[in-house]
Amino acid sequence: MPRVEGFMYPNEVSLYWSVLIVLYPYITGLVAGAFILASLERVFRVEAVKPTYRLALLTALAFLVVAPLPLQLHLGHPERSFEMYFTPHRSSAMAMFGFIYLWYLMAVLTVEIWLDYRADIVALSQSTTGWRRLFYRILTLGSTNVSPRALHIDDRVGWFITLIGIPSAFLLHGYVGFIFGSIKANPWWSSPLMPVVFIFSAMVSGIAAVMLLYMAMMRIRRQPIDMKCVDTIAQYMLYIFIVDFSLEMLDLIHRIYEADASFRSLDFMVHTKLWLSQVVLQICLGTLVPILLVGLVQVTKLSAPVRKRIYAISGSLALIGIFAMRWNVVIGGQLFSKSFLGYTTYKMALVTREGLLVSIALLILPLPILAVLVKLLPPWTTQQHAPDPEAGDEQPVPLVV
Amino acid sequence: MNITRRRLLILLPAAAVAWESVLAGTPEASPNYSMTDHWWGMLIDIPKCIGCGNCVRACQAENDVPDGFFRTWVERYHVDDWNLENPQVISPDGGKEGFPSVADDPSGKYFFVPKLCNHCADSPCTQVCPVGATFISPDGVVLVDQKYCLGCAYCVQACPYGCRYIHPTKKVADKCTLCYHRITKGLTTACCEACPTGARQLADLKNPNDPIHAFLKTHSVRVLKPEMATGAKVFYDELDGSVR
Amino acid sequence: MRIFRDAGHLFRLAGVYLAGTLAFVVIRAAVVPHSFGQYGHYRGAAIAEIAAKPLHFAGHQTCETCHTDIAQTKASGMHAHVNCEACHGPLAQHADDPSIDPGKPEVAALCVRCHGASAARPKNFPQVDAAQHSGGVPCNTCHQPHNPAIAAAGGSK
Repeated sequence: MPRVEGFMYPNEVSLYWSVLIVLYPYITGLVAGAFILASLERVFRVEAVKPTYRLALLTALAFLVVAPLPLQLHLGHPERSFEMYFTPHRSSAMAMFGFIYLWYLMAVLTVEIWLDYRADIVALSQSTTGWRRLFYRILTLGSTNVSPRALHIDDRVGWFITLIGIPSAFLLHGYVGFIFGSIKANPWWSSPLMPVVFIFSAMVSGIAAVMLLYMAMMRIRRQPIDMKCVDTIAQYMLYIFIVDFSLEMLDLIHRIYEADASFRSLDFMVHTKLWLSQVVLQICLGTLVPILLVGLVQVTKLSAPVRKRIYAISGSLALIGIFAMRWNVVIGGQLFSKSFLGYTTYKMALVTREGLLVSIALLILPLPILAVLVKLLPPWTTQQHAPDPEAGDEQPVPLVV
Repeated sequence: MNITRRRLLILLPAAAVAWESVLAGTPEASPNYSMTDHWWGMLIDIPKCIGCGNCVRACQAENDVPDGFFRTWVERYHVDDWNLENPQVISPDGGKEGFPSVADDPSGKYFFVPKLCNHCADSPCTQVCPVGATFISPDGVVLVDQKYCLGCAYCVQACPYGCRYIHPTKKVADKCTLCYHRITKGLTTACCEACPTGARQLADLKNPNDPIHAFLKTHSVRVLKPEMATGAKVFYDELDGSVR
Repeated sequence: MRIFRDAGHLFRLAGVYLAGTLAFVVIRAAVVPHSFGQYGHYRGAAIAEIAAKPLHFAGHQTCETCHTDIAQTKASGMHAHVNCEACHGPLAQHADDPSIDPGKPEVAALCVRCHGASAARPKNFPQVDAAQHSGGVPCNTCHQPHNPAIAAAGGSK
């Protein structure tokens, strides 16, 4: 099976952006989506999702910390990455990455987490011993003021940070969409819709991730799942998914209708090389099935155990589908020739720096980081609510901090 | 073919001095090269190209181009006269060893198209570089600072012509430099030097005596992918509409 | 000054960020190359570095300063505009040190690369089917490469 079918410009035969570049938008998408879920409660006062507020922030942080790793592994000279901070080229969307990332990490996410947890941090700095005590003491920045007025100031400032955090989260992930969407050389990428589609699919993935993590953690801790919480989360996931799907279908229909110079080549690519990843995985299993399942919950009355199962399946399928979407954009955009006369194949290695094993490791890495964060900054200090036998909750086990 | 020993002894010192002055030229140090006096481009005469691949080999020899990657390459088109929208194109190993010979085809035509970096005046590749590692020089040559490049490959994605690649061992972006190290010394590019038919000609658009000015006035020229509005400075004479 | 007491932690945070920004500015001034920005958003010194790369092809003007007789022979024939290194390969090393013998090109593969018959080449370009034309005899048996026309004055074996 030859690598190239038809004709490709000679330098186009190898792909330059590998699966790591698929991973990077996926991870920042999870960050943005998790943050939007947190902001639902903080700014838009959707009380029902409050049990996931702190978890969403910690999830965002765990993924944000891992986000630069696929980029560093992909760069030919990662030791020169500081150049993006010292001599950013202002006409390049990629140059903005360093500053947007830094802004989001230092001025938004960590500050918001710090402000929300400060009372707990001060308490823990006094109640723990050893290196943990030192850790918390450093986090207090030397201030132990947890008077009602101080905490009120924290709350107001935190609200404001969340408010500016929403456009910041959009920027953090939207600029990645712009990196692709602004390349006129590549008709698969070049579109004003690209940043918007990226943002909406990111929100779906982030919300699905927090929902699944919440359900899993409650299971592990043998605490009852707050059904009103997950019902509301799933609803938001559904609404945003519908918008995302509409945008993607708009792009598709527009392409088919206008049928410009690139259309035949791209159409053939979708029907052959991307059939499995785009039509089957992204559209059918990854989008339509979750939308239909969660939609079903909205129109019929289903018991809590059934709903939980539906949310677990839909959330997982959505996460897979949105990964497939990133794959189809990044890899798909490099499989066809800019001469529109041929195709190449992506040979993903197994054990190299940009291979499959590294990608799997990077996807898993945020989970142990999250586990450590949850240990250091517990999202739930007390039981959230009484167990609901109708929902199939087991008898609660007493908490040990 | 035989140069006499006596002639050699007379000519050698003069040649050595001439050669030294060629080697000594640098853009700022050389008194006779000022960047702002030049605006480089290239003229490619399609009817003259015979697809010998000399240019591809010469470029590789001059610039240590790694195997499998190309700073310049030649494409061969076969176009059925009624079907301009569907040409058959090949470029075996970039045309480096020429092309397989073909029998005549009464219903269509063949021609060769040498390609290289177009050194665009409004290049999308320099626009997207995050750190300023690729740029257009004051004399119109798009260059890569390989000591500064991160190897992110954004420029490779942004080039509509496929003329860039990531060097497999240096891990930085690489592409045609219009033999900058030659043209700043008054020499021509390696590909133009090696071309046996004069299909490729270096052009200095700021030089009023350059033959390109007369040529542009009397011939129909095109650039590749004009709809991309890149300000490409490689001009093709009699470029067929089927060329991608 | 209750605001300082109750918002003191925020001022400390701001102080941490200020310190970070100052560190950034100082490090940047030390690390950014001096020639950066000289001609545009790039390292100005890169231009001279690229221009200083070594030559492999000498260029036909240099060949002709020594090999004047061959230049003369060529100038009146069909290969007048075929530069020396188009057939002889890169010769900058030889120009630098003429005692280095570059060797003669391999005739068998060389001539056919341009003159092998193919419908893809322009119709008016001289091309032959080597087997039919000479029956496998090397091209330079009859053609002098520097002035290949057989009837031309000055063409010799």
